[in-house]
Amino acid sequence: MSLIDLSAVSFAYGRGRNVLDGIDLKIEAGRNLGIVGESGSGKTTILRLLLGLARPTAGRMTFRGEGLDPGNRAVMRGFRRAVQAVFQDPYSSLDPRQKVFDIVAEPLRSLKIDMDIDDAVAGALASVDLPPDAARRYPHEFSGGQRQRIAIARAIVSRPELVLADEVVSALDLTTRIRIVDLLKTLSERTTLVLVSHDIGFVALLCHDLVILEKGRIVEQGAARDILSAPQHPYTRRLLDSTPRLMDFA
Amino acid sequence: MTDDAPALAQPSSLRLTPAFLIGAALVGLHVVVGLMTLVWTPYDPTAMTGGRLAPPSLLHWAGTDRLGRDLFTEIMIGARIALAVGSGAVTIAAAIGVTVGLLAAFASRAVDDVLAATLDILIAFPTLLLAMLIVAASDGASLGTAILAIGVAASAIVARLTRILARRVLAMDYVTAARVSGTSWLGIVRIHVLPNIWPTLVVNFALQFGLAVIAEASLSYLGLGAPPPNASWGRLLQEAQATVYTAPFGAVAPGLALVSLVIGLNLFADGLRDVADPTRRRRG
Ligand SMILES: Nc1ncnc2c1ncn2[C@@H]1O[C@H](COP(=O)(O)OP(=O)(O)OP(=O)(O)O)[C@@H](O)[C@H]1O
Ligand SMILES: [Mg+2]
Repeated sequence: MSLIDLSAVSFAYGRGRNVLDGIDLKIEAGRNLGIVGESGSGKTTILRLLLGLARPTAGRMTFRGEGLDPGNRAVMRGFRRAVQAVFQDPYSSLDPRQKVFDIVAEPLRSLKIDMDIDDAVAGALASVDLPPDAARRYPHEFSGGQRQRIAIARAIVSRPELVLADEVVSALDLTTRIRIVDLLKTLSERTTLVLVSHDIGFVALLCHDLVILEKGRIVEQGAARDILSAPQHPYTRRLLDSTPRLMDFA
Repeated sequence: MTDDAPALAQPSSLRLTPAFLIGAALVGLHVVVGLMTLVWTPYDPTAMTGGRLAPPSLLHWAGTDRLGRDLFTEIMIGARIALAVGSGAVTIAAAIGVTVGLLAAFASRAVDDVLAATLDILIAFPTLLLAMLIVAASDGASLGTAILAIGVAASAIVARLTRILARRVLAMDYVTAARVSGTSWLGIVRIHVLPNIWPTLVVNFALQFGLAVIAEASLSYLGLGAPPPNASWGRLLQEAQATVYTAPFGAVAPGLALVSLVIGLNLFADGLRDVADPTRRRRG
């Protein structure tokens, strides 16, 4: 059974036009998925749906075969425990008034996960290559790349099955990017990733499958290898031509 | 701290500017004097202790009023009243304002629009006019009605500020991350919203305190404040008005007391901004 299943999902903000239109996609455990499209194509909106922060205006979304109904506490709890996220902006994604320890510990506390909090936070910081004393410091003492590592530590501390990441590297310089890509690669041995980006090259480094999004519609989807070697849709070809080959570095 | 120093500020570290220290000293002086009047005053505030409208002297530091009472004693008691009204009004304004502001920030669009419009109308009302209406609607002027009236009038401003600040925090990705982690709305308020808006709110409370002191003096001046024998600075000013040419010190002394407290509160508020928020401390 797939982890998350969207079938014929559409979404509109308020009474506006459809920002997503007839989206069909499956997220399978163990297969990293990349969602690629240009600015305004609806990538962040899909992510908000996948995170349960917004509900489809049409169509159906299921988590392990069950509908996501905010009234159904058991399903919502399982969902919240299974899915975590990393956001685009490493500055607004960390609370400036919390110590790193409390930032990373928040999912454990809110989800009431039965783990030793000290050990879990230390473990998460270690797996993103931050020193243990980082826990006692505040976000403004870290660089953008280090902040993104803190955000990743928060996303993995509760050992979710799925981590969704919105443009995690676009705010970073090239060398920091490569390090974060390496880090994500290591993490994806333990958890499934959904990466959203306008940069097909970055996504292709880490994902088994790709979904190409244009103006809220999926124009192409399939194995990353196939799409990269033989893109079918002209839009995909344009995306491929317009990205620098980060792959050459990795 | 020099300009090239790394940003290693600990949020608990203090940085005391001269303005903050002067403000704190002025406010502290008023607090000490106000508290002292509970146990001791130079003279009995209701007793005739000298000639009428006497100028300042060694015996009567601020002279005497038209009934021969010691003005300095009355001004000391006025400090206690000003502080009582200020702290009472700010407490009321904070309790109502922060609650309403947070509710508006979390409310649906429609509810928020209604609340925001209501607050704008309330804020457009001069504080004094609103306070006069509340005093008029209650049994009569007393210290309690003055506190309530000024507090309620100020709560609209606190509510609007809280709403704007809270909305800004709610738009941050760390709140989205908290929601993704299943943090409840109350948890989000406690963990993220209040700690982030608190420094700005506290600064505003200090400014509101100064405005409340002025509002109390104005109400008393109009005869709508605490009735005698509460020696409010506003009432002292009003009583001195008739004799301001023959005995100017009767107006100057309570005026100085009022101004020094309000300036102290404003300097204190300014300094507090830096102390309360280490992430935006001034450098160099
Ligand atoms: N809160 C909102 N209210 C109304 N419209 C919105 C809102 N957020 C996004 N949109 C619209 O939805 C469309 C898709 O936006 P979305 O943020 O999902 O794009 P994106 O692919 O993430 O773009 P980017 O690469 O610039 O982040 C855009 O046309 C945008 O204007
Ligand atoms: Mg986006």
